[in-house]
Amino acid sequence: MDKNTATEKNTTIIKNATCTFCGCVCDDMELTVDLDEKCIIKSKNACVLGKAWFSEHSVDESRPVALIDGKEASLEDAIEEAAQILVNARFPIIYGLSDTTSEAQRQAVAMADYLSANIDSTSSVCHGPTGMGLQGVGEPTTTLGEVKNRADMVVYWGCNPTDCHPRLSTHFTVMPKGMYIPNGRKDRTVINVDIRSTSTTNIADLFVQLKPGSDYELLSALRSISRGRRLNPSIEEQTGVPMATIEDVAHRLMSCNYGILFFGMGLTMTRGRHYNTGALHLLAADLNEHTHFVVKPARGHGNVTGADTVMSWQTGYPFGVNFNRGYPRHEPGEFTTTDILVRGEADAACIIASDPIANFARPAIEHLKKIPVISFDPKPTPTSQIARVALTTACYGINVPGTVYRMDDIPIPLRPAFESPFPSDLDILKPLTERIRELKAH
Amino acid sequence: MTETMILVPMRTTKQGTTLNAGKLKDAYKETTSTAEIKQEDMDRLGLKKGDRVRLRVGTHAVVVSCIPRKIKVTDNSSGLIFMPYGPTTSALMVDGDTAGTGMPASKHLVVEIEGPLAPEEDDG
Ligand code: SF4
Repeated sequence: MDKNTATEKNTTIIKNATCTFCGCVCDDMELTVDLDEKCIIKSKNACVLGKAWFSEHSVDESRPVALIDGKEASLEDAIEEAAQILVNARFPIIYGLSDTTSEAQRQAVAMADYLSANIDSTSSVCHGPTGMGLQGVGEPTTTLGEVKNRADMVVYWGCNPTDCHPRLSTHFTVMPKGMYIPNGRKDRTVINVDIRSTSTTNIADLFVQLKPGSDYELLSALRSISRGRRLNPSIEEQTGVPMATIEDVAHRLMSCNYGILFFGMGLTMTRGRHYNTGALHLLAADLNEHTHFVVKPARGHGNVTGADTVMSWQTGYPFGVNFNRGYPRHEPGEFTTTDILVRGEADAACIIASDPIANFARPAIEHLKKIPVISFDPKPTPTSQIARVALTTACYGINVPGTVYRMDDIPIPLRPAFESPFPSDLDILKPLTERIRELKAH
Repeated sequence: MTETMILVPMRTTKQGTTLNAGKLKDAYKETTSTAEIKQEDMDRLGLKKGDRVRLRVGTHAVVVSCIPRKIKVTDNSSGLIFMPYGPTTSALMVDGDTAGTGMPASKHLVVEIEGPLAPEEDDG
């Protein structure tokens, strides 16, 4: 930390800080922090989303650390109330976890274990089908560093990183020069496959527009060509993509030196889901008969990859894990949060750094509103508004140190900018778990 | 005029920046309640920029404003409505079925679009 004496304000510069807004987890931020106002006044190297992330996470000291039934409460009382709710529930669920540190995620898994609870991350309504797809067929994987240095073919399928991960292309995958990509952008081909033109289409060499819901068919067609088979002409009608375009794409993929398929919710949130993602992984596997090809999901939240990673090494499964029987079980559709809520099974919910009231399907929201909810969030959200116990937390990466996993599974340490008067998720989860253990022991 | 179209919730830069400012603030609510529709579809439905439309799935409906889609590379997205993912699009995810995956088919919502609405017509 260098003290900045050049300005009148009491500021500090934090170099190599990490942005945790999206899965790119850029770790080259240079933050100018106003220590008196407890806010970040400049975030060099951040994209438009990162700038908003840093500038909008100042600390509002007037907010209470906790609310119980909408009334101000002490942290101790809130932890006691939360522990009582969770211990007295028959089917407690823990959900969220993609916007917190891996240290807090690990603690949440321990808490789920002591509670015999269900634990799930936002992965289940994000890249959960990706986890299911790759478990079935394997994952030809890579790191963003390798992509930067080697990839001469970048495919964005059903994702729009220019809007959602603005520095993915500019910092890692398309624009930078790499060890074997001396001319940067000029040495790479970018193909965008989507049902619509987006701002990512603007940076692509080739845009392939397909009919909504026909990703599986198009992926299968590309696999067929890569295996030397001939296509039935009906594929044009099924996908809306001309045969000549499908053949052109297939030959470009087969003839590159190193290709990467990035993909997003266009595959996981539509008909086919894990079949789509499985087909995409199999396409990469098939292309490895011709060249080197890898796959990466463009992950959204800053540490959603960490949620999958931590849950995998703690329980053996990446999301949708249930401890009801005293040991972890995983079953998408059964132990995933939307399904549990839609079936009306959960009778208490601990929501950590997530906002299901804003994002879940209507029947799931309706059930969540009927049961006691404990929410952890740095800001008020629709979920914190309905929570029985609403805890105000410090923001990971800005106020809280720890570890997050980038979308390519690389752990990145956090360098917080300034201290918050509010506790971190981990600061709450530790005593909460302890209290749950005590109550369970009686 | 009423027609059946497919609503595709999406992420946008504006949704991301307003989300950081706060989900309870007007800017976030406004951007997550603005539908982007191809100009030719707007013309066919008799819609102008800023008109209010009702989107209905079964018995559930929301009222949002609409604007024409602005894109640099032309596409054929006729029949599709795009709207930033948020409480309004979630209100139209009336089917919680995940087909055994945990994930509702949230990017492919078949909706009935009705508009333009008169200013006095209520939400819902
Ligand atoms: S790309 Fe993502 S991680 Fe990088 S600065 Fe932008 S929002 Fe932050």
